[in-house]
Amino acid sequence: MNKVQNNKAWWLVLPVFLLVAFSAVIPLMTVVNYSVQDIFDQNNAYFVGLEWYQEVLSDPRLQDSLARQFMYSGTVLLIEVPLGICVALMMPTRGWTASLSLIVLALPLLIPWNVVGTIWQIFARSDIGLLGYVINNLGIDYNYTSNSVDAWATVLLMDVWHWTSLIALLCYSGLRAIPDAYYQAARIDRASSWAIFRFIQLPKLQGVLIIGVLLRFMDSFMIYTEPFVLTGGGPGNSTTFLSQTLTKMAIGQFDIGPAAAFSIIYFLIVLLVSWLFFTTITHLDKDKVKEQSHD
Amino acid sequence: MAEIHLKGLAHSYSSNPKSSADYAIHEMEHVWHQGGAYALLGPSGCGKSTLLNIISGLIKPSHGSVLFDGVEVNEVTTQDRNIAQVFQFPVIYDSMTVYDNLAFPLRNMKIDKDKIDSKVKEVANTLDLTDILQRKASNLSADAKQKISMGRGLVRDDVSAILFDEPLTVIDPNLKWKLRRQLKQIHERYNITMVYVTHDQLEASTFADKIALMYQGKIVQFGTPRELFENPNHTFVGYFIGSPGMNFLSVEKHQSEGSVQFSFDGITLPLEANQRALLSNSSSKNLKVGIRPEFIQLSAIEHPDSLPCQVIHTEDLGTYKIVTVLMGQQELKIRLGEEQQSPLKTAYATFPSQWMKIYIDEYLVATESGDTRDE
Repeated sequence: MNKVQNNKAWWLVLPVFLLVAFSAVIPLMTVVNYSVQDIFDQNNAYFVGLEWYQEVLSDPRLQDSLARQFMYSGTVLLIEVPLGICVALMMPTRGWTASLSLIVLALPLLIPWNVVGTIWQIFARSDIGLLGYVINNLGIDYNYTSNSVDAWATVLLMDVWHWTSLIALLCYSGLRAIPDAYYQAARIDRASSWAIFRFIQLPKLQGVLIIGVLLRFMDSFMIYTEPFVLTGGGPGNSTTFLSQTLTKMAIGQFDIGPAAAFSIIYFLIVLLVSWLFFTTITHLDKDKVKEQSHD
Repeated sequence: MAEIHLKGLAHSYSSNPKSSADYAIHEMEHVWHQGGAYALLGPSGCGKSTLLNIISGLIKPSHGSVLFDGVEVNEVTTQDRNIAQVFQFPVIYDSMTVYDNLAFPLRNMKIDKDKIDSKVKEVANTLDLTDILQRKASNLSADAKQKISMGRGLVRDDVSAILFDEPLTVIDPNLKWKLRRQLKQIHERYNITMVYVTHDQLEASTFADKIALMYQGKIVQFGTPRELFENPNHTFVGYFIGSPGMNFLSVEKHQSEGSVQFSFDGITLPLEANQRALLSNSSSKNLKVGIRPEFIQLSAIEHPDSLPCQVIHTEDLGTYKIVTVLMGQQELKIRLGEEQQSPLKTAYATFPSQWMKIYIDEYLVATESGDTRDE
């Protein structure tokens, strides 16, 4: 076969290449550059190899906040995904109530992060906040500024309030895309509501759930503003997550080297976990493709 | 096993139907007998899918009732009706294997494992699915998926009827006849009532023993494919069945040589005396004579009783030809055999009187005792 190679086509890729270079590769390389040097001033920079990485990885502050971060993201996903699916299943499908519930659900998504933090900071206060006041009057001792469990619960609740809508809206659109014939066939096959959910709705939601889980994982793993506004990372370090630790290091103490190494590690963790999520969820599909190529 | 009786059935999607246009199904009386293979044929939007969904209980009729073996089932849910339905687009459970798909209805009924296994294997065997039983159902071809949909109906012992809603729409043409033949075999083997909705007359006549032709929410004729072809009892049946459809000539009464004759564009049709009598007895202005393109004889030479016409064009479709001729102002289609030569310009058409059908107000009027309106 005579294949004509026209290498001029590469020029057409150039604009995209430049765009990606300036928007992602070059900034990232700057960080990589910082992470392997010890810089004292403009003229005194020493190559230190992986020293910063070693230092950062053995830093108990980072280890603690990493553990907290995983626990936080894990809990967020465990609450928001099932809750979002439930909300989507219960939403009305037609009439004005459908539009109303869509608007109500979309509202939290429209509020800026720091405003969300401020809302909850006041809402959950035990002296003047409605939520804090009510909880305390129910006889439960609740104070998110002094009790770390309360602080955790508040940050979680805030995230659930803010972001469950996203999962619910994604699932709602996914559910609407299922043709009626599937439900009709299920009725004819005498499927129970659970079987309908398990064998029709859930498999058909797979696509939107991958997007939802990835978005929620990445967002919650990089959470900064809300806990910063609500608790400032406290009490103690109980709600100090990775990004806050990083900011303290980079801007508070101006430890550019370790902070850069930290950033790279942070980035790699997000990338790795997202990749793991994605491949695990789509694992079944890949198997099917393999299976087919055998025939 | 059941006989399905639609008793005074009518359906309107509007909650407060006023005119007849608000009805998707007009009041009808119809019986599907146990074990029959039926086709429900009609153009898009004539209400055939609605009728099917009423039988399976997916839609609740607004008027009248559905009886299974004489028992009213209006209030019985789809789940409890013992009906299987195959939809236009194959419905399969993506996350399951073919085996699990077929076993699904039985598992929902809490039948024991061994029985499920033997039943699934039997049905898989009938449908040629045995080789792919352990495959995921989601990556199969459309025809395999559609077979799975059918299989889910067949595994159940309690199924009294299987309803098909244009099941071959997404199937490749070369596989269609194969699946249709399989359906036929299944029907013979299981003796289940089958109702097959389609808009394709070929599909209907190859599958069904009897065809119900629907038009504007009514079953206008119910009969064998041959009956529908030879004695269409409504002009729509004549037009819809056959390729091309029946020719219809609007005729007017006039006196000639002391007798009543019927003509169009000044051309008198050679009708029999009893046919003329039927037309004269009617007070309606809507008088039509219909004749199938297959039954008109065309010749280049004049015969007694033949009428002159102009050939407009001839389409050669390989196994037959369709000749379009102009008679008066009226275009007629004539179907000729492959071996017959079509005259080039002026031709003479003969209308055998036994194939000329009389329609008054669009409905067939029988000339002999043999021709009956199937109502």
